[in-house]
Amino acid sequence: MTDAHNSDVTIDSRDASCPGPLMDLIGKVKNLDSGTVVKLQTTERNSTMDVPEWLEEAGHDLVEIEERDDYRSIYLEVN
Amino acid sequence: MHRIAIVGGGTGGTVLANQLASELQTEIEDGEVEVRLITADPNHVYKPTFLYVPFGKKTVDDAKRPIEELVDRRVTLTIDEVTDVSTDRNRLSLADRTTSLRYDQLVLATGANLEPEAVPGLAEGAHHFYGPDGAERLRDELADFTEGHLVLSVVGVPHMCPAAPVEFPLMVDAWLRERGRREDVKITYTYPINRAHGLESVADWATDLFEERDITLETFFNVDEVDPDAEVIQTVEGNELEYDLLVAIPPHRGSDLVTDAGLGEDGWVDVDRHTLEATAAEDVYAIGDVADVPTSKAGSVAHYEAGVVADRIASRARGETPTATYDGKTVCFLEAGMDEATFIEFTYGEEPYVREPSKPLHLAKLGYNESYWLTARGLL
Repeated sequence: MTDAHNSDVTIDSRDASCPGPLMDLIGKVKNLDSGTVVKLQTTERNSTMDVPEWLEEAGHDLVEIEERDDYRSIYLEVN
Repeated sequence: MHRIAIVGGGTGGTVLANQLASELQTEIEDGEVEVRLITADPNHVYKPTFLYVPFGKKTVDDAKRPIEELVDRRVTLTIDEVTDVSTDRNRLSLADRTTSLRYDQLVLATGANLEPEAVPGLAEGAHHFYGPDGAERLRDELADFTEGHLVLSVVGVPHMCPAAPVEFPLMVDAWLRERGRREDVKITYTYPINRAHGLESVADWATDLFEERDITLETFFNVDEVDPDAEVIQTVEGNELEYDLLVAIPPHRGSDLVTDAGLGEDGWVDVDRHTLEATAAEDVYAIGDVADVPTSKAGSVAHYEAGVVADRIASRARGETPTATYDGKTVCFLEAGMDEATFIEFTYGEEPYVREPSKPLHLAKLGYNESYWLTARGLL
């Protein structure tokens, strides 16, 4: 299976425990340039809710959420 | 001679050196294996002690002991700074500029460093309890703080000990109540995401306790800059918060050594989360805070990772295939005030259960902090 999008940075937060995928994302996004496309891989079911919610708050763009067999990839563009 | 080099004398590096000295005792005594621990600091520092310093319960001297008293006599101890790692040539350069050490297996355990200057105004405007100087300054400030707005803000992501930001407001609440000052102090806790903690169960637990104890919770709060003169925090989300005493979890960074060696971005080593082997080079492992794994930057993680890497390295030194793997095991005590605590444990992908806080668990946490020195020696 190939990815639907090309990403510049991949954050593998599958099976992340503490402090979790969204905190992993925030930690990395701070150091990325505007226009960077990030793929966040996550197995946490709440990520499809709380990641888009944070992107909205922080002013980054949600590109797509791709459901895979046992995880999901959330694509976003840093603003 | 099979040479094993460990860089960093914190929890991970010290536990690992002692476990290897035990596992490879015969090989070391026969001159077939060398275990060398290289650390710039002649003292071993147990950082969880600093949480208690602002409240006068511990001193910064309680946090440190000479490392030579903690490592097994079979370990070759080198007090020096490693300035360069060449993974192509399997060599380390030291700050004395004359020494170059060859390694067959290398472990980076260089920890995390505080970088408050990464956020404008933070170094001038905020206190912290993540190091000896900061903890002492906060102790002095808190001693004279009788009224106003105390804000605990999680600024740095990732940071050491994800439990500590939740513990501090609960402890300061109890500490102020004991002194009859609580009614004149407003306490606010801020966190970057849409709940009080990255772990949902801890977030739920903390949210209930904060409400019960009149601690204000601000979420989606990512600090952009601090104005130390006006005593105002500006957030990425476009909000402002005034404070009288700001206690921040400052930004952290890994090690320049890691970035320069091409082992990972932002100074954290990219590793396989189960074998803890670096993805960008052969014969290199990382443990503790410097390893980029999806669990807490916590002492318990460094301790358990050290056990796994000790087994893997010892197997390789004996010509066997390593089979030990790390499952993300993490254990954290959480103070819920000045005389009660709880305790959580989990592995990768697991949501912990937060037990009801109790005084025995608080005493267990204090007891563990004392017996930590046995952990560092590889005995517990």
